Amino acid sequence: MAKIKDTGLIQDEPLIFEQGGKGRKGYSLPRWDVEVAEAQSLIPTQLLREELIGFPQLSEVDVVRHFTRLSQWNYGVDSGLYPLGSCTMKYNPKVNEEIVKMSGFSNIHPYTPEDLSQGILKLMHELQSFLAEITGMDEVSLQPAAGAHGELAGMMMVRACLEARGERRKKVLVPDTAHGTNCSTSTIASYQMVEIKSNEKGVIPSEKVAELMDDEVAAIMVTNPNTLGLFEENLGKIAEVVHRKGGFVYCDGANLNALMGILKLGDLGVDVVHINLHKTFSTPHGGGGPGAGPVAVKNELAPYLPIPVIEKDGEIYRLNDDRPYSIGKMRAFYGNFGVLVKAYAYILSMGAEGLKRVSEMAVLNANYLMKKLKGHYHLPYDRPCMHECVFTDRFQEKYHVSTLDIAKRLIDYGFHPPTIYFPLVVKGALMMEPTETESKESIDRFIETMVQIAEEAKEHPDLLRQAPQRAKVRRLDEVLAARKPKLRWTGNQ
Amino acid sequence: MKFPEELLYTESHEWVKNEGGEVIIGLTDYAQHQLKDIVYVEIPEVGLKFRKGESIGVVESVKTVADIYSPVSGKIKEGNITLKDHPQFVNEDPYGKGWLVKMEIQDKEELEGLLSARDYQGLLPKE
Amino acid sequence: MQDFNRYIPHTEEEIHKMLDAIGIRKLEDLFQTIPREVRLSKALNLPEPLPEPELFHHFQRLQTPVMSSFLGAGAYHHFIPAIVSSLVSRSEFYTAYTPYQPEISQGTLQAIFEYQTLMCQLTGMEVSNASLYDGASSLAEAVMMANRVTRRKKVLLSQTLHPEYRRVIQTYIDPDQQEIILIPYEKGGGRTDEKMLFDLLNEEVSAVVIQSPNFFGVIEDLRPIGEKIHHLGGLMIVGFSEPIAYGMLHPPGATGADIVAGEGQSLGIPLSYGGPYLGIFTTQERFVRNMPGRLVGETIDLDGKRGFVLTLATREQHIRRERATSNICTNEGLCALMATVYLSCLGKEGLRELAMMNLSRAEYTKKIISLIHGCKVNFTGPTFNEFVLKIEKDPKKVLEKLKKEKIIGGFPLVKFYPELDHHLLVTVTEMNKREEIDRWANALERALKG
Repeated sequence: MAKIKDTGLIQDEPLIFEQGGKGRKGYSLPRWDVEVAEAQSLIPTQLLREELIGFPQLSEVDVVRHFTRLSQWNYGVDSGLYPLGSCTMKYNPKVNEEIVKMSGFSNIHPYTPEDLSQGILKLMHELQSFLAEITGMDEVSLQPAAGAHGELAGMMMVRACLEARGERRKKVLVPDTAHGTNCSTSTIASYQMVEIKSNEKGVIPSEKVAELMDDEVAAIMVTNPNTLGLFEENLGKIAEVVHRKGGFVYCDGANLNALMGILKLGDLGVDVVHINLHKTFSTPHGGGGPGAGPVAVKNELAPYLPIPVIEKDGEIYRLNDDRPYSIGKMRAFYGNFGVLVKAYAYILSMGAEGLKRVSEMAVLNANYLMKKLKGHYHLPYDRPCMHECVFTDRFQEKYHVSTLDIAKRLIDYGFHPPTIYFPLVVKGALMMEPTETESKESIDRFIETMVQIAEEAKEHPDLLRQAPQRAKVRRLDEVLAARKPKLRWTGNQ
Repeated sequence: MKFPEELLYTESHEWVKNEGGEVIIGLTDYAQHQLKDIVYVEIPEVGLKFRKGESIGVVESVKTVADIYSPVSGKIKEGNITLKDHPQFVNEDPYGKGWLVKMEIQDKEELEGLLSARDYQGLLPKE
Repeated sequence: MQDFNRYIPHTEEEIHKMLDAIGIRKLEDLFQTIPREVRLSKALNLPEPLPEPELFHHFQRLQTPVMSSFLGAGAYHHFIPAIVSSLVSRSEFYTAYTPYQPEISQGTLQAIFEYQTLMCQLTGMEVSNASLYDGASSLAEAVMMANRVTRRKKVLLSQTLHPEYRRVIQTYIDPDQQEIILIPYEKGGGRTDEKMLFDLLNEEVSAVVIQSPNFFGVIEDLRPIGEKIHHLGGLMIVGFSEPIAYGMLHPPGATGADIVAGEGQSLGIPLSYGGPYLGIFTTQERFVRNMPGRLVGETIDLDGKRGFVLTLATREQHIRRERATSNICTNEGLCALMATVYLSCLGKEGLRELAMMNLSRAEYTKKIISLIHGCKVNFTGPTFNEFVLKIEKDPKKVLEKLKKEKIIGGFPLVKFYPELDHHLLVTVTEMNKREEIDRWANALERALKG
């Protein structure tokens, strides 16, 4: 295939530091209405800086062109299907983006007196109770800024609760299908991780847990549905085993999108769960953040929630700092409020029936995709999936084509690739999560493309190995980047 | 892949060259093949002591990290500082320029527990 | 027709076709792997769904009235140029995920590379990560990193460090394994008590954490502290909550900081009741492999063309799992983009002029206060855009009176410092016009009289 040259839309754009020039100005400050202070007489000279070396000098137009061009090299959910497994790349409603910009939210200082911010506190309090209802838990903290942050808060609460009982347990059980964050969270919470092997059905066998569970184990960390997109069908039994030995069940709620209105995690014996609002509750991922990772607990862990907790006292809402058993604070102030507003708006837009519909359609889309691609790609766990399904490159291996090649070829066809090489238990994994906001046509087009790529792998494997050809750049030298790290611009050497 | 006869090997894919009281340690050809392009090698400071089986450092490729385990007990005499700028030596010349550390060996008998080239190759998965 | 359907495209006919293709009869069969006894038999207890027009109305009623405000204390009201919101609202940016596939994420990647560069220039350091959650958690990560690097376990925190940041560090640290010691502040100057600090410093100390400008708004003298701690083999961690100050203040990197970690909200990010904000984290090159968070690096593609990728990922949780440098995954990417656009727009001269304007307005405020009876500036140390005001009357009552005139007059310090029970932290930015400052001063004068 001929190499497609750059088009007008993806021409090169230098770094901001490589353009503009001395004296060019892109800012507009308020009028000077006070005397200019004499810095040298107020602040010792050795504490003052000469100039901001390297800082850009651009006009407003320069800045607008620059970032507009950069945006055109990106692919977002608004560009098309984004089947990144475990990340729930669903549509992000525009109305929520508008709501969060309202001045009475965006310009409000976190230390605004409580009597003035009753509306904001009411919003947060209601969101707490919605999330408790959806997960079947008793209390919620909105403080954690992301999933992994919620995990850490959760595991710290487990530790604090055990300490209050006079126990210092050492271990946490984590299945081999877990997100990497579960493993690092347990270490940061001062626990040693013990891995549990999932079985041939792709789920955790309760007998294995029974074998490993003793009074040294603080908790088990489970993702349900798990990262293979399968429902952990033994979780009820596992919870019994863990509780009998005085341990806790932590659930990574990253995949809650499959379960809303279908079941409550609390009913399965889960003691603590974090919820990724940027996955299940449609807040945008922002190219890597911000997210929000509220953590929901059963009553036994509630005294340990991070402070402050938003409480309702008669008709008055307040931030309660006075919780003597609290693990403390996970961050300054109260949480990623802007993200909370969007998630709250989403729940209000959907209602109970809507959220159930979300889960049904998410699972329908994934199963439909799985059924249609089966035969073209190897399906390691051939059983009904939940919101996502995992294929591998085993059928394509004989043409010397890998998961990476398949992923890169999808880019040429205008799709974002699925999650690749995760979960680690599946060699060459392609983990696909279409989400409920994709229509049948959209999924059919993706399926058609995937089938065509499987054909190309046989007939013209080089098309895959050389892909992508139609993106801003071709494959990048990651080895060079890691061997000789260049992590900032240092001038035109 | 090459596995020189004169070297000793471990199940965790290190090789050991016995030079009297001192041993040179590196990663096998198989290990470097599995890791692919090595981008970083972390080796211990001179003078640190390790027991057999302890992690003395790590090798990293773009998307993997592997521990280097001490094949014997002893003290670090020298580290291959050229790897700091040229980690690719481990790929290009695993038994030569890509050596990792020299160690003063504590108990020579530990060497007897190591594998011969043939035994080591016998452990490797058949392609 | 249910209103929520606007986000879910499936028609009944399509649903049936898809169920047929799967080989099942009804939607419920999709959940056959879930034991029947745990499946819900009744609907979730949530409010009836709101159509878009009603939704707007609902939120309008929840808004908080915007008032004239002299609050700061870790969150600052600065002017945000229109282009920040306009560019960041491009959905190619905000609806993308973490740039795991570099070929179709060059926009995010190049912007982060530019962000990393700007943060290095601003703080005077050599490497910056792609952002952490906020200033407080960023400092907590800095403390954990210092403990890893030095293999020591004792950390000294200045009492002038933002009390919420201190609390977060305490939460992250396991008290069975690590120790925190607080360094008091000088009662006159409002700076960290250097003598006390030097007395407590020894070879067991992993790091000293100092904020500048500190929580009282006072600019700390970092250099002697850095020299002393380096001499003893520990690290200096410099925190901050008001990065606009670095438009005119010596960057921490030039004073011997080993890690600089703080809050970037001032750089074009709305107050938004406390979040999302921006955790800035910069350090020196020699510590790069011990750093938490994502990093973007420059490289080339197969044709030799410049491009950017996530790099040194082996530090991170998805590869190193239980031995990662941090458990962070999602960060504050879009807030980092806001800061990048904001600083590109202000540029070299703009940031400096803005810093000067903040200083000048705060100094103007101090000047008119000196004419009011019953209050005075409490600390003698040099300040940037906030300062501590001591008042003779009960601050709670005074603030209530100001509130009646639609002014939030300052932050009562007694919440965090019981001994400062007649003290307000007053913040003045470029958003507080002279007439607004005068109005505040008049109201304060009346409140102190009455």
